[in-house]
This record gives sequence, C-alpha cells and structure tokens, in this order.
Amino acid sequence: MNKKLTKALSSLPLNLVIIGISLIWLLPSIGLLISSFRPASDVLSSGWWVTFQHPFDFTQYTLGNYADVITAQGMGRAFLNSLYITVPSTIIPIMVAAFAAYAFAWMEFPGRQVIFMIVVGLLVVPLQMTLIPILRVYNQLGLAGTFLGIWLAHTGYGLPFAVYLLRNFFGGLPKDLFESAFLDGASYLTAFFRLALPLSVPAIASLAIFQFLWVWNDLLVALIYLGGTERVAPLTLRLSSLVNSLGQNWHLLTAAAFVSMALPLVVFFSLQRYFVRGILAGSVKG
Amino acid sequence: MRKGGLLPWLYIGPTLLILAFFLVYPALNTVYLSLFDKRSENFVGLDNYVWTLTSKEMLTAFRNNVLWLVLFTALTVSLGLIFAVLLDRVRYEPVAKSIIFLPMAISFVGAGVIWKFMYAFRPANVPQIGLLNAILQNFTNLDPIGWLVNKTTNNLALIVVGIWIWTGFCMVILSAAYKGIPKELIEAARVDGANEWQIFWRMTLPMMKPTIAVVATTMVINVLKVFDVVYVMTNGAFGTEVIANRMYKEMFHYRSFGRASAIAVILLLAIIPVMLVNIRRFREQEAIR
Repeated sequence: MNKKLTKALSSLPLNLVIIGISLIWLLPSIGLLISSFRPASDVLSSGWWVTFQHPFDFTQYTLGNYADVITAQGMGRAFLNSLYITVPSTIIPIMVAAFAAYAFAWMEFPGRQVIFMIVVGLLVVPLQMTLIPILRVYNQLGLAGTFLGIWLAHTGYGLPFAVYLLRNFFGGLPKDLFESAFLDGASYLTAFFRLALPLSVPAIASLAIFQFLWVWNDLLVALIYLGGTERVAPLTLRLSSLVNSLGQNWHLLTAAAFVSMALPLVVFFSLQRYFVRGILAGSVKG
Repeated sequence: MRKGGLLPWLYIGPTLLILAFFLVYPALNTVYLSLFDKRSENFVGLDNYVWTLTSKEMLTAFRNNVLWLVLFTALTVSLGLIFAVLLDRVRYEPVAKSIIFLPMAISFVGAGVIWKFMYAFRPANVPQIGLLNAILQNFTNLDPIGWLVNKTTNNLALIVVGIWIWTGFCMVILSAAYKGIPKELIEAARVDGANEWQIFWRMTLPMMKPTIAVVATTMVINVLKVFDVVYVMTNGAFGTEVIANRMYKEMFHYRSFGRASAIAVILLLAIIPVMLVNIRRFREQEAIR
C-alpha cells in the first residue's frame, strides 16, 4: 500500500504536466464550441468560461446561432459546395494516379525511371508557381468559378504525391503474384483490378483521407479559382469572408467555424488510424 | 515484367497530360512572366526581382518569415519531442495524443477563428471575452493587450497558432521514432546508473536525430509557404506580412502579375534545397524500414 502511494506521488508531477498540456491544447476549441451555443447577448457580455459556474443549466444554451449561420450566413450552402468540391477532387486524382503508379511499378517501357523521377520531382513546385498562368487559361476557357475547374486543379496538385505513394505501395507487393498472373494469361488490366487495387486498400484509404482533408481544408486554391463567386464558395472561403463581414459577432463566427470543422472531426474520430497514417505519409507533399 | 508496347503510355498518359498542364507549363510560364511588367506586356528584365528583394513590404515579409522559421520550427519540433517522450510514460497516452493531434484535422481558417477569439480584445473597464485578456485582467495588474494589433506581440500571436496546429504532427512522428529505440539499451543504461536526463541527452536524442531532421525540414517548408493563418487573422496588417500573403495581394489587389510571379519564383528557390534534403532523408528512412 505504502509502495503504491509513493509510486503514485512520484508520478504526480508528470501527470500534472501532461494534463496541463492537454488542457492548454483543448481549451481554445472548447471555448469555440461553448460560445457557438450561447446567445449573442451572453457571448458579448461575458467569457465562455462563465457557463462552468452552472454547466447543466441548459437555458443558457441556444441552437439559434447555428440556424442563423446555416441559412442566413450561407454556411449550409457552403457545406454542400465543399462536399461537391471535395468528393470528385479526392476520387479523380486517386484513380488517375493509380493507373500511372501501376504502370510505373509493373510495366516496362523506355524512360520509366526518368519519367517517374520527374513526376516525383514536381513535388517541389509550390502552388504559388502555378496560380497566375492557370487562372489566365481558366479565364479564357470559362473555367474560373466552376466546379470542374477546381476539380481539375486539385487533381493536378494532388497527382505527384498520389503517384509517388501508390507507386511505392504497388512496387512493394510480391513480384511472384504478378508474374504468375501474367503467365496464366491475365491482362494488365485484370491484374490491376484483381490484384493491385484490392491489395492496396489500406494505402488507398490513407491517401484518400489525406487528399479529402487537404481539399476540404484548402483555402488558397479555392480563393484563387473560385474567389468572388459566392454561389460555388466552399466552407473555408465562406468562413474567411464571414471573419471580415461579421467582425465582433462571435456567437455567429464560432458557430460558423464549428460547421466547417464538423466533418473533418468526424473523420478524425472514426478513422483515426488511417487518418494519422495519411497525414504522416502526406507530409512530403509540396 | 513483360514489354508493353504502347499500352503503358495509356496508363500514364492522363497523369502526364494533367501534370504538364497544371504544374510544368505554369511553372515555366511564371518564370517568364516574372520578367515582364504588371500586365505582362513589356519586358522589364530583373526589375521585379529587384523590387522583391529590396521593397519595404517584401523586407517586412522576409523578416517575418525568418521569425516564423526560427520560432515555429524550433518550438514545434522541441515541443513535439518533449510531448512524445513524456506521453510515453503514462497509460492514457492515446487520449492525450489525440487531443494534441486534433488541430491537424481542422482547417487553418477554422484555427484562425478559434484563436482570433482567444485573442479578443476589449477596453480595460469592461469584462474580457477573450481568454488571454481575461487572464491578464483577473490575475495580473496589466492592461488588456491587442494581441494581433500590438507590434511586439502580433507576430508571436500568429506563430503560436501555427505551433498549436503543427506540434501534434511533430509529436506523432517523433513518438513513433522514440518507440523504435530498443528498450534494452535504455534499461542497460539505467542499470549502469545513468539518470533520465543523461539518457535523454546522450542516447534518445542522438538516436532520433534522423527523424528530428525530417520533421524539422517539413516544418521549414510549411513556414516558407505559410498563408492561411495570416490571411485570416491579420491579412498582413500591422507588420505581420509574410511572403505567400504578399504574393496573393500583388496578384489580386494590385493586379501586378510580374511582381507576384517574381515572388513565387523566389519562394520556389527557397523551397527547392529544403525539399531535396527532405526527399533524400525520406528515401533513406524508407530504405532502412
């Protein structure tokens, strides 16, 4: 008993430090969440921590801020736009990249290594290097301010990393498997759909989550190619313009911010393993 | 592997076409445009580069990016390392890790709103609604601070947001490397009488050096391109400008495509060496795994 007590006491400082750090990291988000449920008059007259004095007094909370931002402030529309932008911007690059990665891994053709190196080398190009020329072409083709334009742009920006990741994964699959399949007369396409893709589900899942979050949370690409067109603006764009137009209306801004975070948070909590893997793998992306 | 003839080109064709259009052509075109004036009509030589490297606005941006580079990189990496080592010792490690990693899930715009609210400022005689100024008001004699307006605090205030977002990322990677260190080695050192401090500095740190380098270079690349947080929180006002935000302004507010292109090229030149180091390190690690 005594031993247990001394052990607990000696690890007390460590536990206090860790709990302190966790609280510091959590508090900003908690402040946002609580404020988003408080009526305007409360948010503007007292700090959100005041609710802790009687946390279960539910009369101090309201859903009104959410109703307002989703309808009047356009966050509902923006949520749908974000979905409409993100889903194709995740699927298209992964499909295109999977075919290329498969060829780089299992087909023979002149310049295979060199072309692969060039594709991966394009990871160094920062987005900023591409914005002006593409925007000009988009303006001429009428693609600026359209969903198609932004799907294609995200496809272009996502490809080098997707090809790199999938090529490494495909290349790591057992060689015998493909060779015996080819010997048995399987075509490249059959081996792609029957072997390469099914065996790569974990890698594709991580990649998909990374690309999904990258597009969902992206501001710059949307700002450049969709900027100014309210009708197609995703959450990040709408939220950043609300920051300017709502000023000190914190009850609305906090609710709007939380709307923009809801889906990534669900993905984070439900698919945490793939999520972490995806983020880690994606860290080399330019 | 067998010869594919034309077939492989069908598989890689779409990728090559898209990359040519979205990355190769624009990158080359941007270099070309950087030698022309505002509307890309007259050749101006290196004028845009002279402006980029000498104008007051750009020098402020460079200064701030250097400030970010030093503080953000040092703090994200060292906090990530400290958290990785500390959390390894408690049973609720997964929960604490999730909490610190959580900000990686949300957008920088969302994080910007969260922290703008943390930094909210009101005059000294009314109750504060921002947590930081409320702490000042209730626990110190200091006047509330306009964190994002005051020139001595605003850059630091923005960097803190970056640290809040990225420390979890550093922690997760460094934690994986830390758990990869053979426990017998550390036990042996303990038996030989080394204290935790010595073990950390003489064993843990040297063994984690390669991973620390990868994480640090990744953070450096983030810093060079930092945009969203600054755009949302201050838009570069009161001396908080950074390179990427300035480029956006030149492009959209001043319609000066020559200058914006020159800034982009400078950004690329700054990123290339870091990225090369990173890719090389990354491949070395892959080889070890």
